[in-house]
Amino acid sequence: MISLAGRDILHSWGKFVFTGVGLGLLIGVTLTMAGVYRGMVDDAKVLLDNSGADLWVVQQDTLGPYAEPSSLYDDVYRTILGMPGVDRAANVTYLTMQVRQGERDVRAMVVGVVPGGPGEPGQPGYLIAGRQITRGHYEAVADIATGFKLGERIQIRRNHYAVVGLTRRMVSSGGDPMVFIPLKDAQEAQFLKDNDAIAQQRRRTASNPAFNRPGTPGLLDAVLASQSVNPYINAVLVQVKPGFIPEEVAEPIRRWKRLQVYTRAQMEEILIGKLISTAAKQIGMFLVILAIVSAAIVAFIIYTLTLGKIREIAVLKLIGTRNRTIAWMIMQQALGLGLIGFVVGKISATFWAPIFPKYVLLEPGDALLGFAGVQVICALASVLAIRAALKVDPAEAIGG
Amino acid sequence: MKFLSINRRMLALLAVVLPLLALLIYVALRSGPFASIPVTVTTAESRSIAPSLFGIGTVEARYTYRIGPTVAGRIKRVEVQVGDRVEAGQLLGEMDPVDLDDRIASQDAAVKRAESVVLAAGAQVREASARKSYAENQASRYEQLLHARSVSEEAVEGKRQERQVTEAGFAAARANLDAARQELARVRSDREGLIQQRANLRLIAPVRGLVAARNADPGTTVVAGQSVVEVIDPASLWINVRFDQLRVSGLRAGLPVQIVLRSQEGIRFAGRVLRLEPIADAVTEETMAKVTFDALPERLPPVGELAEVTVAMSALPATPVVPNASVQRVDGRLGVWLIVEDKLRFAPINLGATDLDGRVQILDGLKADERVVVYSQRALGPRSRVKVVERLEGVSP
Repeated sequence: MISLAGRDILHSWGKFVFTGVGLGLLIGVTLTMAGVYRGMVDDAKVLLDNSGADLWVVQQDTLGPYAEPSSLYDDVYRTILGMPGVDRAANVTYLTMQVRQGERDVRAMVVGVVPGGPGEPGQPGYLIAGRQITRGHYEAVADIATGFKLGERIQIRRNHYAVVGLTRRMVSSGGDPMVFIPLKDAQEAQFLKDNDAIAQQRRRTASNPAFNRPGTPGLLDAVLASQSVNPYINAVLVQVKPGFIPEEVAEPIRRWKRLQVYTRAQMEEILIGKLISTAAKQIGMFLVILAIVSAAIVAFIIYTLTLGKIREIAVLKLIGTRNRTIAWMIMQQALGLGLIGFVVGKISATFWAPIFPKYVLLEPGDALLGFAGVQVICALASVLAIRAALKVDPAEAIGG
Repeated sequence: MKFLSINRRMLALLAVVLPLLALLIYVALRSGPFASIPVTVTTAESRSIAPSLFGIGTVEARYTYRIGPTVAGRIKRVEVQVGDRVEAGQLLGEMDPVDLDDRIASQDAAVKRAESVVLAAGAQVREASARKSYAENQASRYEQLLHARSVSEEAVEGKRQERQVTEAGFAAARANLDAARQELARVRSDREGLIQQRANLRLIAPVRGLVAARNADPGTTVVAGQSVVEVIDPASLWINVRFDQLRVSGLRAGLPVQIVLRSQEGIRFAGRVLRLEPIADAVTEETMAKVTFDALPERLPPVGELAEVTVAMSALPATPVVPNASVQRVDGRLGVWLIVEDKLRFAPINLGATDLDGRVQILDGLKADERVVVYSQRALGPRSRVKVVERLEGVSP
């Protein structure tokens, strides 16, 4: 028993393989698009993972700290520490801004963390080089995607920071790499105005007779000092004690501290359902169209490949080959083409995924789904081709 | 021949398909869940660490002398500029005396007049004294004459009365003289007081120092207690340092420190903790301390300049020590990933002190010479497959 499909493929193997490779590149693009979508969602999830928190305590009636601005007094964490079931609580600030290093600047999310030591909420979970922040000021741990190197000095607002550690996959929901700095510096960077603004503010206050009375020396200084305090943070990250359900811990804080508290599931809902939803839908729509177009192209290629062999099929029919054998041959070729296409697509996607500026997550599940989809499309397309082949009049082998 | 040809085509096809399959397997193993995670490892070594403490402070002058008038008034002149060095007792400026000088002149005249009055009163006393002694002589002579019965009783009575009158006149003149002297003393005191007030309008440097601020210029009206000139003693510069309360245990007076000024980055000045403030900042959760320079920098830092202070604490006894990058929290427990016979194992640990270079003491849960994961390309889990490498991808040496 010789394989009819194998013989036919061998007969014109170059055409077969190159068609497969072309198909593969198309499938590769589709897989990459799925990866881009997965990457976006993963960026949001990894942001939550990296914060190391079970609960996010934010300003009342806000969706903070990622989706909406939220500001809390920085001593709120003390009262939260006293709530039942709270194991650790730490202040944190988030601010997306340009971080300067020498001549260039990088868009990054600056995270202010309490330098309390490893494993505290908000601290980067794992490093790929260097060490965690140990000083209370002017040290930074940067994500490797920023391009910063160990020992470099970077500038955030008016202060310089030494890069002491590097992380990987620490990104904001928008995919910007993170730079961790001590909380007090971050509060300054976030809430302190630039020097010119401060000078102007001082001048304005000094020229206001209500604050600068001749008879009351010291009043102006007191007013100026009161204008430059910044006891605010964006959120308090809470880790619950083992054995407590996060929602159980969250409820008393909502009720008695009159603050908004989100659990991990709610935060994920906010990030994926609200913050990145439009962008994700955009990519998702594109992915759907790309998948449909790819399917159509695969179907047409197989159909035309079969039509190209119409004379040979007519000969086969003429010599009395059974319809089942011819159909099986076409089906086998289509599936083979799909297989080559998938392999090429998977390889190419894996190779070009790391070059993308934002994270592209190629999930094995997606690949399997893609493989199944490709095979199903190939099978369906071959059905069309088989129909055409079976309708061929054997006489065409002689005539034409 | 045909068989051979098919065989050659088969080989060609295989030559394309097999590498593709090999590549697919390679790709599947390199990425995705089957891929092993590159990690770097270190050995927990038993050593002693010297924790140090890092704080931020501002340069401050220990003593600031705010010099201003004790009564409200207008500034007449200010003799010094910011940056001038002044000696103790030097005149820095003066307040406008308004009518004080005229009042002193008036008091001068009043003193002169009182002196004249004293002289006049003295003369009156002498006159009264002369009258009195004449009247006394007359009276005693008439007494004797009466004895010899050469004058009438009436004439003697007249002389006695004259004597009494002159005595009273003398007493009155003496009293007048006393009063004039008292008046003179009063007027003189008034004048002294005015001169004192006048002197009080002069702004005098209480110590040798540096003029740090000139808060008001001539013509400005200032209230009592408002400072016109501020003088600091540059030799008394110190740094008011804030330390995070998380780590201050062990901080005490006398510990050596290193100071880096914001304007002179790269230069480390030696210093010492002078004292720990008994009152901490409850709002910023920081403990305050005063740090002095061992020797003042040649270029004096301006007051208010930012300074970084690193305090070296005494060394602790040797324990197993790992880099802080290797400590992670997994399921709420703090620990490190150990590599035991090429398998990952999570070991919960108790942390001790840390130093500024990122080394952290392990109090229990880990023995020296155990292999600990420091860096990993991804987050680790108990089932992760790891591959030990020298350095992670993308990290320059």
